[in-house]
Amino acid sequence: MSRSQVRRPTGRIGFGADDAGCTILHVDMDAFYASVSLRTRPELQGSPVIVGGGGNRSVVLSATYEARALGIHSAMPMSRARRLAPQAAVVEPDHRMYAEVSRNVMALFGSITPIVEPLSLDEAFLDVSGALRRLGSPTAIAELIRARVQDEQQITCSVGVASTKFVAKLASTRAKPDGLLVVPADRVIDFLHPLPVGSLWGVGERTEEQLTRLGLRTVGDIAHTPLATLQRALGQAVGTHLHDLSWGRDRRAVSPHEPDKSVGNEQTFEHDIDDPEVIHAHLLALADQVAGRLRSAGYVGRTVSLKVRFADFSTITRSRTLRSPTDVGKDIYDTVRGLYDALGLQRVRIRLVGVRVEGLAAAQDAPRQLLLGEEDSGRREAEVAVDALRARFGSDAVRPARLVPPERPGGRPR
Amino acid sequence: MKLRVERDVLADSVAWAARTLPSRPSLPVLAGLVLSASDDGLTLSSFDYEVSGRVEIDADVATEGVALVSGRLLADIARSLPPAPVTIESEGTRISITCGRSSFTLPTLPVEDYPQLPVMPTASGEVSGPAFAAAVAQVAIAAGRDDTLPTLTGIRMEIEGAGIVLAATDRYRLAVREFAWSPQSPAISAHALVPARTLADTAKSLADVDDVVIALSSGGAGEGLIGFEGHGRRTTTRLLDGEFPKYRSLLPTESAAIATVETAMLMDAVKRVALVAERNTPVRLAFEGSELTLRAGAGDDAQAVEAIECGLEGDAIDIAFNPAYLLDGLAATGSESTRFSFTQATRPAVLTAVDKEQQSIDDYKYLLMPVRLTG
Repeated sequence: MSRSQVRRPTGRIGFGADDAGCTILHVDMDAFYASVSLRTRPELQGSPVIVGGGGNRSVVLSATYEARALGIHSAMPMSRARRLAPQAAVVEPDHRMYAEVSRNVMALFGSITPIVEPLSLDEAFLDVSGALRRLGSPTAIAELIRARVQDEQQITCSVGVASTKFVAKLASTRAKPDGLLVVPADRVIDFLHPLPVGSLWGVGERTEEQLTRLGLRTVGDIAHTPLATLQRALGQAVGTHLHDLSWGRDRRAVSPHEPDKSVGNEQTFEHDIDDPEVIHAHLLALADQVAGRLRSAGYVGRTVSLKVRFADFSTITRSRTLRSPTDVGKDIYDTVRGLYDALGLQRVRIRLVGVRVEGLAAAQDAPRQLLLGEEDSGRREAEVAVDALRARFGSDAVRPARLVPPERPGGRPR
Repeated sequence: MKLRVERDVLADSVAWAARTLPSRPSLPVLAGLVLSASDDGLTLSSFDYEVSGRVEIDADVATEGVALVSGRLLADIARSLPPAPVTIESEGTRISITCGRSSFTLPTLPVEDYPQLPVMPTASGEVSGPAFAAAVAQVAIAAGRDDTLPTLTGIRMEIEGAGIVLAATDRYRLAVREFAWSPQSPAISAHALVPARTLADTAKSLADVDDVVIALSSGGAGEGLIGFEGHGRRTTTRLLDGEFPKYRSLLPTESAAIATVETAMLMDAVKRVALVAERNTPVRLAFEGSELTLRAGAGDDAQAVEAIECGLEGDAIDIAFNPAYLLDGLAATGSESTRFSFTQATRPAVLTAVDKEQQSIDDYKYLLMPVRLTG
């Protein structure tokens, strides 16, 4: 859920309906997690609803627009959200259902055009230039998608129609909720220039701060600042990028086969942890999950990275590149554990740990350097067998012995 | 302190003593070299808590004394001095170095803060310097460089009577070398795990010494250390802890095929074919009849093929190796021809040197684990 959705504009601006050349659609589900959750709780329709975990350390995953009006936004700590909106209903997330709805929506997109670039579970870019003859104008296609999503999935979505990806994305944000906005190719500048700088792709809090210090508040301000000045203030790459965007220049194509660059999992703890043994157990669980995801996606990766966020929210990452790529949980665990131990933390309180594998390649054409004295069927074969058991009996069917909770009551929780 | 010393002798010794100086010392004094002048001559020593070095050279000592100066700087200066006798003299907290018409003044470091050098263990025996350097070099290539597996960064040294066995492995290959030496006691039996890089450096630095004394403590003074001495140079190294893998069981006892290939020709072919082998992709070797076909690259990527002659006894075999590891092994066997003995494409191959009578020389074995091709 992007930041810009939170500051939803109050009205929609008409830019005309000339959609010639506007073949890029950005489709974004409205309050996706909340909307999907409400399908099974129709009595909550139209009321403030927060989707988030029950623990006091969890964060808001999504909220209905009624809840957003009370100041709730995603990624806000649940405890804070409850204080802001005590009347709001809290719904536990149901990731299985989200994944299913997401699959259905993506399948629908795939039936419109093969050129679909999913950005997350609930949003995607579509290049419909090849579907115009079959399905009509971009606007007609956008309306078709909106109608079918609502009809088939009982949730609403908003669509931005433009000639470039980033304008399409901005347009869908402006159209929310349940809207459609076309930005004709010759009105892009009129559309962009009044927008605040924060709406540009790649402008985060830091860059926005820097721009504000320069007195640049709108996209138009950036557009009329000499390129050299921007580059001096923001660096060569960022300066050029923002200047291009401010004039509506975005050459990126919708790329359907954006390969995964990395696979990673993170764990935020209910309470900060300072016990290295407990951290090791969490790393083991995360390494195990990441390896399973790599194997099911058919990838191997060479670089293993560890992320540690401390109680004060400062965050560090450390990575190590292996001699040969792996999809084996034990290799990943050994590496992150080595990285963690090398930090030499003396009972520092840790809030979150994450394990990530980068430098991915397809497993099938990755040759594997064998080890001396290695068993013919080794750890990998064992983990593959575990994958099969989990697929059949559920993810808790088999797990490393260290991660099995103790049976006697009062034992140390895992 | 005041003394006079030959320029070349000084330059060589300083370079030798400075070779183990830490580039990022944990204590500033550890970046220094200790100069100690006595009636016996000049002694230079260095120590970083892991490795110590000590060299004695002839010098005309006028006044005895001790000084600690930056080793790096002294080495740079000594190397660049003109060919003339060198005078070293301490002047309060500085020392001056004069050679011909050049003159340098260096600040000294507090010598009282410098740690005591470890005591050299008692001598265990002697080995020829050149033979020792060659043996260590052959084994050191297979040692691991990954500090997360410290045991594998060492060379295992096994002394049994008149024989020494060196072994190193990074789990991808294993190099084992046997050689003879002259032990002080024929009944000696000892083993040690020596940091590979240090041992390789030390052996190389003593390669021009006829008889190198090896000193390995067996309890008592110098515990946990190994020392080497020759030609007035002494060095000690702290041993690594940990259990070296039981490598003997990895050496295959039988083979299904034996191939003999001209070493230089194969190395050239591997280097050419490997040009298209991207990072971490192997070179494939297919031995069949009297021909060895090398291949690299697959699918849409660049590909290369080259065929060379080989002598094969036994079954044809198609096996793939990391080209860098293969080249390491071929270079290390160091003979005109190299013998490969195979069991299976997923089992280690053994590389050995071959003598003039086409007999395999078994004092050196390079065991190389293949790469498994998938898809």
